[in-house]
Amino acid sequence: MKDKAFLAVNGMTKSFGGVYALSDVSFNVEQGETFGIIGPNGSGKTTLINCITGFSKPNKGTVYFKEKDITAWPPHKIAHIGISRTFQIMRPYYSLPAFKNLIIPLWSPRARKLGGWRGGGKHGDRDTFAVDILEEIGFERDSRVPYKLASTLPTGYQKRLELARCISMRPEVIFCDEVFSGLSMSEIAGMMPLIEKLKLEGVTLIMVEHRLRELFRVADRVMALQFGEKIAEGTSTEVIEDERVREAYLGSEEV
Amino acid sequence: MRRKERIDRGIKVRTEGIYAISSWREIVYLVGPRALLIIGLLSLPLVLVLAPYWKRVINIMCVYALLALSFDFLANYVGLVCLGGAFFIGVGGYFTAIFNVYLGLPFYLTIPLAGICGAIFCTVLLLPCLPLRGVYFAIVTLMYPLLATRVVEAFDILGGTNGITGVDSFPNAYLESYAIILLVLFFLFAMRRFVNQDIGLVLRGVKDNDQSVRASGINVTHMKALAVFVAAFVGCLGGAYLAHLYMWAGLSLFALDFSIIPIAAVVIGGGGTLVGAIIGTVILVPLSEFLRFFGTFRIVIYCAALTAFIVFKSEGLMVYAQRKYHQFERWAKV
Amino acid sequence: MEVVLYGIINSVILSLYALGFTLVYSISRLPNFAHGALYVTCGYLVFVITNNLGLPYPLAVVIGITATSAIGAVIYRFILIRIRGMEISEIIATYAVGLAILEGLRWGGLRGMTFVLPTFYPGSVILFDVSIDIQRLIIVAIGIMTFIGLYLFTHFSRIGLALRGIAQDERAAMMLGIDSDMTAVVSLAIGSGLAGFASILVLPLGNIVVEAGYTVLIFAIAVCIIGGLGSWGGAIIASFIIGFAQILTEKFLSSHFTMLVAVLAIIVTLLLKPSGLFGKQKELEERV
Repeated sequence: MKDKAFLAVNGMTKSFGGVYALSDVSFNVEQGETFGIIGPNGSGKTTLINCITGFSKPNKGTVYFKEKDITAWPPHKIAHIGISRTFQIMRPYYSLPAFKNLIIPLWSPRARKLGGWRGGGKHGDRDTFAVDILEEIGFERDSRVPYKLASTLPTGYQKRLELARCISMRPEVIFCDEVFSGLSMSEIAGMMPLIEKLKLEGVTLIMVEHRLRELFRVADRVMALQFGEKIAEGTSTEVIEDERVREAYLGSEEV
Repeated sequence: MRRKERIDRGIKVRTEGIYAISSWREIVYLVGPRALLIIGLLSLPLVLVLAPYWKRVINIMCVYALLALSFDFLANYVGLVCLGGAFFIGVGGYFTAIFNVYLGLPFYLTIPLAGICGAIFCTVLLLPCLPLRGVYFAIVTLMYPLLATRVVEAFDILGGTNGITGVDSFPNAYLESYAIILLVLFFLFAMRRFVNQDIGLVLRGVKDNDQSVRASGINVTHMKALAVFVAAFVGCLGGAYLAHLYMWAGLSLFALDFSIIPIAAVVIGGGGTLVGAIIGTVILVPLSEFLRFFGTFRIVIYCAALTAFIVFKSEGLMVYAQRKYHQFERWAKV
Repeated sequence: MEVVLYGIINSVILSLYALGFTLVYSISRLPNFAHGALYVTCGYLVFVITNNLGLPYPLAVVIGITATSAIGAVIYRFILIRIRGMEISEIIATYAVGLAILEGLRWGGLRGMTFVLPTFYPGSVILFDVSIDIQRLIIVAIGIMTFIGLYLFTHFSRIGLALRGIAQDERAAMMLGIDSDMTAVVSLAIGSGLAGFASILVLPLGNIVVEAGYTVLIFAIAVCIIGGLGSWGGAIIASFIIGFAQILTEKFLSSHFTMLVAVLAIIVTLLLKPSGLFGKQKELEERV
């Protein structure tokens, strides 16, 4: 482990009324890396993300981002310095049309400071940017889909909308909380190029996944959690061959 | 099997495009309802020139309309239920009385000043419950008007139970009426504009899903405080006007009527439309003058109507009317 | 000594106010803003039954509490059931119902000082050099018995366990065959009944007035917020904190400030520990 990691999580511990959801989890992520976090249900993956992005307060442990201590910062400040996240349970702003959903992150101080949209230059209003982003993420621009109410969109589009919300903030790190779950094979195939593109642009991706096959295709390194403890870390092949990981997954998931 | 289907009227679709200005019918379709409301409100003082009592009722009605606007904005665009509109009225009223009686400022300065100072005062007092869920906001706003009366009584400040007397009245009756009517119209259209701006969308986002707004790097508490400031500003202006109208600021400015009538008006008129809030007060407040005979039973009637609307017709009159205006219904075979 | 004794009495009274509210909120997540109104209603009903119908007092108490429970159940069955889950509508509807009841009572003649419930046992005793009405001692005794009774009910009886199940995880409880609407009706009925029960105990100390409805609602809510919405132990401890704080302010300042104490306590709690002393809210979902 290096001292000056891009994102360093140390000794993260979180308990809910005596039950440890996380105990002493540490890992480092380098800039531009794609880092996967796997583990069976209830192994503390989402809690880990919540603790890092400020949505819950950890009992113990620190988070350093670019050598800055961001432990237990409020979520909006963490998002402001460039760490963005998706939610596993998607709840878009139901009463707004899909493209208006992106106005909110585009209005955020960070997006306004950086200005414009990375693909579309600095000129244009937020509505145009929003439609640009949606097109990039796989919404058909000329159809009615971007203008429909978010509550009427199918799951695949809602997942993409969630990711679009992150992207429109131009983050440096994206935590993806199970973006593939609940999607069909073709929908996943539609999202893969986007992930690859983000990787190429140098965005650091931290992906929590159940779909191991898809995850292993994109992830540079993988960490496995079980009962809130880290049981393995390494490249995909190393992790798969780890005895404890196999044990944890045996019968519950085919690899 | 048949089912009812709703289809947009042709004229609605035509008026959505740029071609709306090409024919009189379309212009009337677009402008008609707005003009009806504006001209209707503006002509009221002229129509009622021979009935000064009713003119006064109209003035008070407009104060209620301001409060209803502020309630509708907070509840349906930000998700904060304010059960204490009376607090805004009282704070605004007392501030204007202080500026006018103790400092001797004229009314055209005291009303805006009271609006701003009152809004800051209310926002600061409500700040502790803003990071939390809407229930807390409702609870705390419910308490403040009751608490305010107790505090004024207990400390015997601001004139105690007698209130502050000797507040200036308006120089003439037309100014008195038109000041508040124009204020209502201004805030109606300004707020409609405001909630459709990007910042208004952010506020609506806070109502829909505040976690997601946080994850987008926006401080939810700041946004809520901003919204409370706007709502309190509108309410305090109403209170300041009322103090000048009564030439007095006292404990009855914290009365329950100011809390419950705006809520009833919004629910009956149609929440989330802003216009509905105005329509609701236009119906309710004159009605309550007829019911004056019943005393506190008025409140029972409001509450019954309110509950009935929430349970059976939660969309309210305005949404219903809009639907009928823009769409027609027909039975379709399935 | 006076402070201690009256502090205990005041605290028990406060927790009796709050018990019904916190029960309903913890089980069905409904903020029952009609709580204070139900409190006054029960007292008024008992008064009417004994004085105008001439029934014996114990029978009147039973009828009064039953009727109040029925009102609570009716409120849920006919109003809240249609708007469950829409927070804004829930708040407005219960508030409106409460106001309607209170102002209706006022209109119906509940004004002035003539409405008094009889005490259970008249007279007063000297305890540690402090003169205390026997009624107050009875309140403390019955109040403590109520807490114990409720604890046993929720921890050992079938319905009580079902209610707790719903309180912890509504969906999981529904999957185990517990009817969510039915438990909500029951919880509202019990909560309203407790409000009525409190009024029978406490009202003999003073007059039945409409304003009591607002005061009780505010104190109940204050206690619940400070203890943590939906936490029973927290509510009882919070009522002791506020109870003693009030008695102290009353002794050293003035009785006008008792409500101020409650509100200040709420604000301090919200600033320092928003989930309350013993709030068990899940941070992510509840702290909105």
